[in-house]
Amino acid sequence: MYAFEYHRPSSIDEAVALITSDDIQFLSGGQTLIPTLKQRLAMPDALVDLGGIEALRGIRREGDHVIIGAGTRHAEVAASDTVAGAIPALAHLASQIGDAQVRNRGTIGGSVANADPSADYPAAVIGLGATVRTNRREIAGDDYFQDLFTTALEPGELITEIAFPIPEVAAYAKFAQAASGYAIAGVMVARMPGGAVRVGVTGAAPYALRATALEVALAADFSPAAAKAVTISADGLNSDLHATPAYRAALVSVLAARAVAACGG
Amino acid sequence: MSIALSMTVNGQHVTGTVEPRTLLVEFLRETLRLTGTHVGCDTSQCGACVVLLDGCSVKSCATLAVQCQGASVTTIEGLANGATLHPMQQAFNDHHGLQCGFCTPGMVMSAVDLVRHTPDPSDADIRKGLEGNLCRCTGYQNIVRAVQAGARAMHTSGGG
Ligand SMILES: Cc1cc2nc3c(=O)[nH]c(=O)nc-3n(C[C@H](O)[C@H](O)[C@H](O)COP(=O)(O)OP(=O)(O)OC[C@H]3O[C@@H](n4cnc5c(N)ncnc54)[C@H](O)[C@@H]3O)c2cc1C
Ligand code: FES
Ligand code: FES
Repeated sequence: MYAFEYHRPSSIDEAVALITSDDIQFLSGGQTLIPTLKQRLAMPDALVDLGGIEALRGIRREGDHVIIGAGTRHAEVAASDTVAGAIPALAHLASQIGDAQVRNRGTIGGSVANADPSADYPAAVIGLGATVRTNRREIAGDDYFQDLFTTALEPGELITEIAFPIPEVAAYAKFAQAASGYAIAGVMVARMPGGAVRVGVTGAAPYALRATALEVALAADFSPAAAKAVTISADGLNSDLHATPAYRAALVSVLAARAVAACGG
Repeated sequence: MSIALSMTVNGQHVTGTVEPRTLLVEFLRETLRLTGTHVGCDTSQCGACVVLLDGCSVKSCATLAVQCQGASVTTIEGLANGATLHPMQQAFNDHHGLQCGFCTPGMVMSAVDLVRHTPDPSDADIRKGLEGNLCRCTGYQNIVRAVQAGARAMHTSGGG
C-alpha cells in the first residue's frame, strides 16, 4: 500500500470540505477500498474516514419508506427489526453478502457508491425503486447506476442515506460465486402497493438494471411459471470465468422465478 | 504522516505511533508482537486474521489501525484465562478441529462471535458463520464438531 494521509471528521460538512481534490477519497467500511489499496489499484493522497460520523448511521421507518444511513453496516441491516418488519427481503439480502466479518465492517453506502457489477444492494436499489440521498440532492435509483463501477455521483459527492419504499411483498434470490459470495446473478422481485411489479437485476450486466420483460410478464401473472417463461437476451451481459452471457441470461429468469416463489406468488 | 494511536488490546491499554496505511494486523503482529493473529492471503478472503473489534469479528487485514482509535480489540492471545484455555480453544483441541493450525486463531475468533449471536448453532449455522474462514487441512468436519461442543461449553462455563 502506498502512503496516504488520514482524516476522521465527525460531521458530514467537515467530511465533504476535506475532499479538495480528485485524489482524496472517502473511506467507509473499507471492505472494498482497503483490499484495493493493498493491491495498489488505487493510490489516493488522503482518505476521509466516515466512521466517526454518527449522522450517517442508523435505520428508521418514515411512513411508507425504510431509510438506511450510508454508514450502516450490512450486519446491522440483516439484524434490524425495522427492516425485517417492513422489507424482510432487504434483511435477507444483507445477510447474504460476503461473510460475517465483511458484514461486520462493510456499509450500504460504500457498496452503493462502489457499484460493483456483482454487488447485492444494487439489486434492491433498482428492484424496490429506492432513492439515493446525497449531501447535494436526491437521485432516483433508476438513474443512479450508469456503467461498470460508474454512478450518477459527482466527484466529492457523499451518499448520506438510501430510502427504500416498502413493497407489498418482495424477495431476493441470488446465485452466489462460491468463494466470495458475490452475485453471478441476483434478482430482487417486488410487488408494490397498487400492484406494479419491479424486477432489479445485479451480476448479469455491467451495472444493475430493471428487467422490464419480467416486470411486464409478472404484472400480468405473478407466478414462478410466468417468470420462467420469459427469455432474457444475452446481448451485453457479463462474461467471465464463472459464467457466459447465455448462462447469466438463463439464470435471471430462473432466479426471478425463485424470488416470485419466495414471495408466495 | 504518523498518528498517535491508543486502544485496548486483550484488556490492556496500549499506545503506539502508526502510519495511516498500517493495517490492524500489522500493528498487532509487528508493534505489539501478538503473532497469534495470522495473515493467510492478500485478498481479504481467508479469515486467518480475524480478531474481535469492540466485540464483533472482523478481518484485521482489511481494517486500518487508525480506524481502531479508542477501540477494544481481542486477539487469540486474549481468550485463555492463564493456563486454562477458553472453552472454544479447548473444544478445538478435544475434537481435533485443527491440523497445521494456521487457520485456527481466526476460526476460534469467528466461532466465539458466532456463538454470541447463535448460542446453540446447528451444523448449517456453523458452516454459514465460518464462511469467511478457510482451512486447507481439516475438511471442516471436525471444526464444525468443535464449534458445536465449544458453544455448549461456553454456556456451562458462562464464558464469553
Ligand atoms: C471477501 C469479500 C467478500 C465480499 N462479498 C460480497 C458479496 O457477496 N456481495 C456484495 O455486495 N459485496 C461483497 N463484498 C463487498 C462488501 O460488501 C463491501 O463492504 C462494499 O462493497 C463496500 O462497502 P464499504 O463500506 O466496505 O466501503 P469502502 O470499501 O470503504 O468504500 C468503497 C468505495 O465507496 C466510496 N464510498 C464509501 N462510502 C461512501 C459514501 N457514503 N458516499 C460516497 N462514496 C462512498 C469509497 O470512497 C470507495 O471508493 C465483499 C468484500 C469482501 C472483502
Ligand atoms: S489475511 Fe486472509 S482474510 Fe485477512
Ligand atoms: S488446520 Fe491447517 S489450515 Fe486449517
